[in-house]
Amino acid sequence: MGSREMRKVSSRLNVVTIPLLLGSLIGSPAIAQSPTYGVGRTPTAEELRRMDIAIGPTGEELPPGSGTAKEGAVVYVQKACIGCHGVAGIGGAAPVLRSERGADVPVWQKERILPLRSPYATTVWDFINRGMPLGLEGTLTPNEVYSLTAYLLFLNNVIPEDQVLDKESLPKVAMPIGDEFGKPHEFRLNAPRLKGYPY
Amino acid sequence: MDSKNSRRQLLKLGAALAGGMTVALRGKAQAQEHNHPATPGPENASPMIHGSKEQIEYGQRSKYVTSVRIAHPVGGRASPDVFGKTFHIATPLQDSVGVITPSSLHYVATTRGSYLPEIDPQQHTLTIHGLVDRPLTLTVDELKRFPSVTRLHFIECAGNRHTGQQKTVQETHGMTSCSEWTGVLLSTLLKECGLKSSAKWFVAEGAEEVKGASSIPIAKGMDDCLIAYGQNGEPLRPQQGFPVRMMVPGFEGIYHTKWLRRVKLVDRFYMNYNEFGHLRPEDKELALGEQIGPKSVITYPSGSQQLPGPGFYEISGLAWSGGGAVKTVEVSTDGGKKWNRAEFKNTPQRMAHVRFAYEWRWDGTETEILSRCTDDIGQRQAMREEIANWWNVPFERNYRVPGLDNSVMPWKISRDGSVTNGLA
Repeated sequence: MGSREMRKVSSRLNVVTIPLLLGSLIGSPAIAQSPTYGVGRTPTAEELRRMDIAIGPTGEELPPGSGTAKEGAVVYVQKACIGCHGVAGIGGAAPVLRSERGADVPVWQKERILPLRSPYATTVWDFINRGMPLGLEGTLTPNEVYSLTAYLLFLNNVIPEDQVLDKESLPKVAMPIGDEFGKPHEFRLNAPRLKGYPY
Repeated sequence: MDSKNSRRQLLKLGAALAGGMTVALRGKAQAQEHNHPATPGPENASPMIHGSKEQIEYGQRSKYVTSVRIAHPVGGRASPDVFGKTFHIATPLQDSVGVITPSSLHYVATTRGSYLPEIDPQQHTLTIHGLVDRPLTLTVDELKRFPSVTRLHFIECAGNRHTGQQKTVQETHGMTSCSEWTGVLLSTLLKECGLKSSAKWFVAEGAEEVKGASSIPIAKGMDDCLIAYGQNGEPLRPQQGFPVRMMVPGFEGIYHTKWLRRVKLVDRFYMNYNEFGHLRPEDKELALGEQIGPKSVITYPSGSQQLPGPGFYEISGLAWSGGGAVKTVEVSTDGGKKWNRAEFKNTPQRMAHVRFAYEWRWDGTETEILSRCTDDIGQRQAMREEIANWWNVPFERNYRVPGLDNSVMPWKISRDGSVTNGLA
């Protein structure tokens, strides 16, 4: 193809693609645009991996590693969880971690315990990882967090003692609450906080 | 310079020095006089406030102004606690004037009773990532290079509930405050990063020891969320998230993530620990744990204050709504039989306190004073009985209003002029 023909093709392309691009920009404001201000820098993949500690229900942010309730019982003593939360989650100054109510009591009538009432086991992992132990937050290894999560779920009869929790199995744990919890509504701007609620 | 000129200059200098000394001596004598006024009061000079480094560099209030914050609830967990941590602290609304809460008196709450991080702003960064085309890390100085906005906004803690056991308005309503916030709209930064259409929520996360995190709808984020670095004309206070915090105007306080280090764009609601605190059996009740309803309270006269006797009083209070701007405020001085339109002392703004007032002549009889408001999206503040009726539950004395309690607050005026909690 000669250079003159090339030019012809590219100019024909422009006639066609520019309106198309404009149309898609108007139709979908979220489409990629170049930065306006160009201030700041791109974080490295390693930086993002280290700070990406909010674990969503799919568990996609979970790190490699694994643990069981048996291992967790050991970590619970080693890391001094027992000092504040008491033996097997009861009797300490910190919040109770094991329900004392019977298996037949509905979960909403049991104590407000994270590894019991949480809709997702990922939230239990997330909070132990980001918030414990008090004063030494962020020091637990992934294996220790998997183990402690397994131990607390076992104490509340959510999983068996020998179940291995890891990136794959943790998000699949069936929590006692099932689907019996309020789901967030779709937030609308300049609308009452609850549809039909006058107050 | 010739010798005549230099002599003239020396003479000038000498005169200036002598003059300065005279002023200094006179100043000392005046200070002594001020410290011994015959009768303190407007006719006589009062004792002199001796200048100090602190007074000069960062002004202090009069020693006669002693209003301070207190633990919330009264008798609850102390701040600082035995570990030096901060939990819930209420602002002294009974002494408030205007709509700006002084930064030093702004209410404080933390995710679980947190350490206050001592963050070096030179070391701090804010990262935006997830469902964006270009993740972005900003230093605080870089954040300040973006176009800024300055807005008046209130913040209110979900624990701001009034019950019959409380005495003062600081105890009943002190977990709300209002400041002028300066920062960058989150939408400015999300556009800069190239927000993907698959982003439905974002997780805002703090840098304190527990890394408190909340899920916020993207529609709110693109509308008026604000990454604030300024409060009332100066940098944020550490208790308010220095160096940067997320403002989610009109949402419960916990969403206003302090010490903000990260915003992650995600495709679904993340059940963070903060969200676990909001967990409810029903969608309807969960919805009330987000945007705050219309609310008002009379701050003068309020609980534990004393009216000196019958006569003129300007009833004064604050009104706000998480849904928009306050539209009207009404005041009743007869226990809710007749409602009178109150006047605004400033222009109502979206998700901000407005100061209202109503001129009243107290005849010395026992009565109850109340306030109620509406906002510009059609919501109205209701009596507790009305709310119970809407939810179709029997009204009892200790009825708990679902979501953040925005019901009407009554103050009882006794014949001796004492003001007490009308819910007691």
